Amino acid sequence: MAAGHGGPAGYTVTELALLTDRQPDLGLPRLLAGISYYDVAGLRDHEQQYGPLPLWGTSGRRRPGRLIDVVDASGLTGRGGAGFPTGRKMRSVASGPGAAVVVANGAEGEPASCKDRLLLTRLPHLVLDGITLAAHAVGAREAYLCLHGQETELLNALDEALAQRSRAGLDPVPIQLTGIPGRYVASEQSSIVQYLNGGPAKPTFSPPRPHQRGVHGRPTLVNNVETLAHLALIARFGDRWFRGIGPPSAPGSTLVTVSGAVRRPGVYEIEMGTPAGQVVTLAGGAAERPAALLVGGYFGAWLPARAAWPVPMSHAALKAAGGAMGAGMVIVLPVSSCGLAETARVVRYLADENAGQCGPCMFGLPALADAMADLAYQGGRGRALERVASLAGLVAGRGACRHPDGAVQLVRSALRAFESDARWHDHRGPCPGVARAPLLPVPGDADWD
Amino acid sequence: MPIDLHGPGMWYATRAAGLVTLLLLTASMLLGVMTAGRLSSDRWPRFLTVGLHRNISLLVLVFLALHVTTTVLDTFVTIPVTAAFVPFASSYKTFWLGLGTIALDLLLALLATSLLRNRLGYRSWRRVHWLAYACWPIGLAHGLGIGTDRATTWVFALTVVCAAAVAAAAAWRLVTAARLGTR
Amino acid sequence: MNYELRVNPIACDGHGMCAELLPEIIELDPWGYPILVSTSVPRSLLDHAKRAAAACPTLALLVNKAR
Repeated sequence: MAAGHGGPAGYTVTELALLTDRQPDLGLPRLLAGISYYDVAGLRDHEQQYGPLPLWGTSGRRRPGRLIDVVDASGLTGRGGAGFPTGRKMRSVASGPGAAVVVANGAEGEPASCKDRLLLTRLPHLVLDGITLAAHAVGAREAYLCLHGQETELLNALDEALAQRSRAGLDPVPIQLTGIPGRYVASEQSSIVQYLNGGPAKPTFSPPRPHQRGVHGRPTLVNNVETLAHLALIARFGDRWFRGIGPPSAPGSTLVTVSGAVRRPGVYEIEMGTPAGQVVTLAGGAAERPAALLVGGYFGAWLPARAAWPVPMSHAALKAAGGAMGAGMVIVLPVSSCGLAETARVVRYLADENAGQCGPCMFGLPALADAMADLAYQGGRGRALERVASLAGLVAGRGACRHPDGAVQLVRSALRAFESDARWHDHRGPCPGVARAPLLPVPGDADWD
Repeated sequence: MPIDLHGPGMWYATRAAGLVTLLLLTASMLLGVMTAGRLSSDRWPRFLTVGLHRNISLLVLVFLALHVTTTVLDTFVTIPVTAAFVPFASSYKTFWLGLGTIALDLLLALLATSLLRNRLGYRSWRRVHWLAYACWPIGLAHGLGIGTDRATTWVFALTVVCAAAVAAAAAWRLVTAARLGTR
Repeated sequence: MNYELRVNPIACDGHGMCAELLPEIIELDPWGYPILVSTSVPRSLLDHAKRAAAACPTLALLVNKAR
């Protein structure tokens, strides 16, 4: 089962590269320990590798609150981008009125990320264990696993996995597979909740937040599938085991998707806090001399390569360096590419993907995309840079969700990381890098398969 | 001087109040369309449009109350109070009076939901508010069909002018809505 | 008791009455949507803020007690 999809500029993202990176002295891999080269890990393989579902202790089913205490102590944070402490979220959902709902977010909206897909395709039982354990811990009576509706093969495979588990009597709360629309904003947490409530897959105005009132008006726990996979292991091996790697402020391991100009693009499991440069080395090192790294995906930030190399991959450290962790993506931009042109393409994509609900985003993002395109591909009159900066300030923070904010963060980081390039473009016009084949994947683009 | 409930006084009062109601309701419709269509200029701000729309709508209720009260009190023809709220409950000109009753009920629904907008939420309020496009023509039909002043030229002309104004406004609203898309 | 101002960007349709009635705090962007210069409402402007919220055709302007 060859896993890979064609990427732009000839760099293929494969999900198999991780096999060569076992680091036993570090206690890695953890999540990916059960990955096999050819097959999906079936229920038996899964139980053989990680142990059975720890829902029952020696004296019957475990006390629900116990897992929340363990998750709290472990310091697990969300792996979907926001990095919110998982134990705290679980506790607030559990203490809400009425029966709770658990939603696993497997709708990986970021084009440059494949980690969730990897988990769902190869290690589904880790995720499904996580859902069941979370449901038990917060007292949920409904559970959903959401992924993009057009992934019919994956949905069928997960159906089978669920059937296997139900025959083994594993999931007291049945997990409902739900296909959601494939739009970028549809994978946002409030969009999924609104979709499950029968509405459109678009973000909603808060309050209330999902953990207060979500699916069917109940306290809803929305977690990324990787977070739930970690939870499944924490429930087996405990909080001290989880804290065994990673710095105290950012414990555990995490999955990162490395792509761009690297020799072995793919999904890797790293210790939290691994310097970004080391992550690139894990992926075979840069294929060409790197100019900058885009860390955190399209709502992340550009960092010049030299500045980025020593920065530890954790939410706090990246933020302090002017970047963002996001859902753990690292894209390497070579010197022969133009970071402004790449950013302009991505901002155009983000502008097209707006939900059409809030004026500043609906009108401001396309204007920002136009201004970026002007700077990247035309420029030369000394006005484009100013226009980009002023539009960015006008759009940020004025939507119902973080969509415009993410785009603005990307743009502002591009203007910082490629400052001298930006000034060149503004006064002289496009640089030669603009002509290079595009690197960052943008769905629907003619170059991206 | 006691009010003569049997003479023509009540009847004149009813007709006058009814006519003023029509004029005010027409003005309210025009202002409502202007609000939705975002009509404004340097000297005519938008808050003025929406403020006038709301105040004139409340004034409509006052004159409508006058119109209904004088009709009921008038002893020349017996029209029970119930006929004011229950359609087609009067034996006198059952159909045309009934239309008036329907228009009144619709107006009460519009006013009640508007006063309780904050509790109801925008979407429920909006759905009920579309009934304004039903309320006005039904009220107009009531005025024409009841036949009282059909022969009086200036009243008839006034009615036609009101109808033309609202028709033009509604047409303009359709065109601009199509052009602005979601708005 | 302090009050704060918030716009529900989904409900907001860019009618602009809020900016007319509370120009001290609300400006309009190039597309007609409100920009809040500050989110806290001084006591002297509270009545104006409430009037602006009542005037909004889509109930998108919210005046809430600050927490």
